[in-house]
Amino acid sequence: MTLDRRNFIKLLGGASSLALAGCASQGGPAVSAGSANEIMAKTGRRVVVIGGGYGGTIAAKYIRMMDKSIEVVLIERNDHFVSCPFSNLYLGGILKDLSPLTIKYDKLAANHGIKVLQAEVTAIDAAAHTVVTSKGTLKYDRLVVSPGVDFRREEVKGYDKAAEEIMPHAWKAGPQTVLLRKQLEAMKDGGTVVMSAPLAPFRCPPGPYERASMIAYYLKQHKPKSKLILLDANPSIVSKGPLFTKGWKKHYDGMIEYRGAKKVTEVDVKNKTVIIEGIEDVKGDVVNLIPPQRAGDIAVAAGLVGDDKRWCPVNADTFESTKHKDIHVIGDASIAGAMPKSGYSANSEAKVCATNIVNALNGKEIVGLSGINTCYSYITDKEAISVAAVYAVKDGKIIAVPNSGGVSPDLNEAEAIYAKSWLNNILTEMSS
Amino acid sequence: MKHRWSGWALVAGTLAFSATASAAPPTAEMLSNACAGCHGTNGGSAGPSMPSLASQSKTAIVDAMKKFKSGERPSTIMGRLAKGYSDADFEAMGNFFSKQKFHATSQVVDKTKAAKGAELQEANCSRCHLDDGKDGKDDTPVMASQWLPYLQMQMELYQSGKRKMPEKMAEKVKPLSREDLEALLHFYASVK
Repeated sequence: MTLDRRNFIKLLGGASSLALAGCASQGGPAVSAGSANEIMAKTGRRVVVIGGGYGGTIAAKYIRMMDKSIEVVLIERNDHFVSCPFSNLYLGGILKDLSPLTIKYDKLAANHGIKVLQAEVTAIDAAAHTVVTSKGTLKYDRLVVSPGVDFRREEVKGYDKAAEEIMPHAWKAGPQTVLLRKQLEAMKDGGTVVMSAPLAPFRCPPGPYERASMIAYYLKQHKPKSKLILLDANPSIVSKGPLFTKGWKKHYDGMIEYRGAKKVTEVDVKNKTVIIEGIEDVKGDVVNLIPPQRAGDIAVAAGLVGDDKRWCPVNADTFESTKHKDIHVIGDASIAGAMPKSGYSANSEAKVCATNIVNALNGKEIVGLSGINTCYSYITDKEAISVAAVYAVKDGKIIAVPNSGGVSPDLNEAEAIYAKSWLNNILTEMSS
Repeated sequence: MKHRWSGWALVAGTLAFSATASAAPPTAEMLSNACAGCHGTNGGSAGPSMPSLASQSKTAIVDAMKKFKSGERPSTIMGRLAKGYSDADFEAMGNFFSKQKFHATSQVVDKTKAAKGAELQEANCSRCHLDDGKDGKDDTPVMASQWLPYLQMQMELYQSGKRKMPEKMAEKVKPLSREDLEALLHFYASVK
């Protein structure tokens, strides 16, 4: 095999943009689009954080907790954040609205002296250490990128922005979640809900299966003649498999039809139909299409994704990008070895990243990662299951510490109680 | 083709950045910060069923973690997590949390029960649970301001025999009625 022309040009393209960027940082004024429009002139040491979710809020907070002399600017496009964890309980009708899952940034900003900028980040100039936003540009010494995920829409033919208003993904909590619930409420008894889950890795590995449980919980009470078909692109359930299977048999026998290795590649929006690899059509009264995912748009635009063009390779102890110096990527967007794309992982990664940014800015040594993930899934309103793990770095890779962690021995009521405390604590940590 | 492309990228990557020096072992702060997603920043829990770790004695933290790890103390996920750490890690966490400020909480408690609980505490528990449960000495945990649901869940575990009481505690608890115990928990939850 030889390097074909297309890829060779890509390679050249990459190299030349790197070279240009190098010029900009060495030579006189950077030629980046935004420097003329600088807002918040940088006086001392500054870290800019992009994204006010599970990762970004915590990175911003812990940097300030560890060193008050470092200015932190948190950029987020919205004035609030809605948690994906627990949004399935809203779909199940257990939560009346999304307010228990919604945080604002005012207390966080006031308690820690974080400058919160509500703006859309449109570009990152890595060489010039500049972030371009809808409100102007900002300089940084270090940048934390925590953008979550966006979708590989090109892999599901017909699934454009308009299609998601008919077949909601609800994989970013907010209006999409509300829309999906409205559709479930409007569906007739005896209807069919079709869910489709993409190939791993995706945000929240147990998420699709918890969602199937919660939708079935709703159907069982309000529309017991209905059924749910879960089309999973994966050959089998990605996370907590035996426990979900057991829970479905116990509570939703005959209601949830699980079908593995069914990859949806096309949608026929008009007929509310999903098409599996061009050969099989499945029609639903409600269709919840969870598309394949990648790092958030800004990470892709900034050239932070790796060879797979999907996720961002990072140093395992510092979360510094291996593509661009002084930029760190945390949360769902990063390739964090054994740590899953979960809210708690993002929280834990943010603290590791914050520690090592502060250390680097103060000329101190890098401290090795110690991380945790804890993740609960509800089967009914009263029964839940969990997975937990402790992480360390070995040979430059994040691994789960051997002989630790694992899943619940069985469905249980205690974890349905603990899960609520999990949510309360983690959202409190993010918002205060 | 794909293989060759990643090879090229690897070369480019090595050229662009020097390898990072190997990291120092995780510090006490690094180990403990990971707990805060559930137990609150610096171990101050927002409740209702996870306890505050802030201001617990080092011995109490180490003792609890060892018992979670061995399974002697029942848990849902704590046992699974504790298995990921060494005794030295537990000591480091104990050091960290013992140095954090006492975390006072504002909870709605039954005032009558709390008043009765105050008397019971004075008569029965105060020799170990010092300063109304605010002072955690040796392996005695800080009880004051812990969230009521957490305290109730632990008392359930004690009563069912799943969690073992220290002998001195068992002697004191045995003559107390369920109402007495409930009053005691309301008292501890109310102490700031």
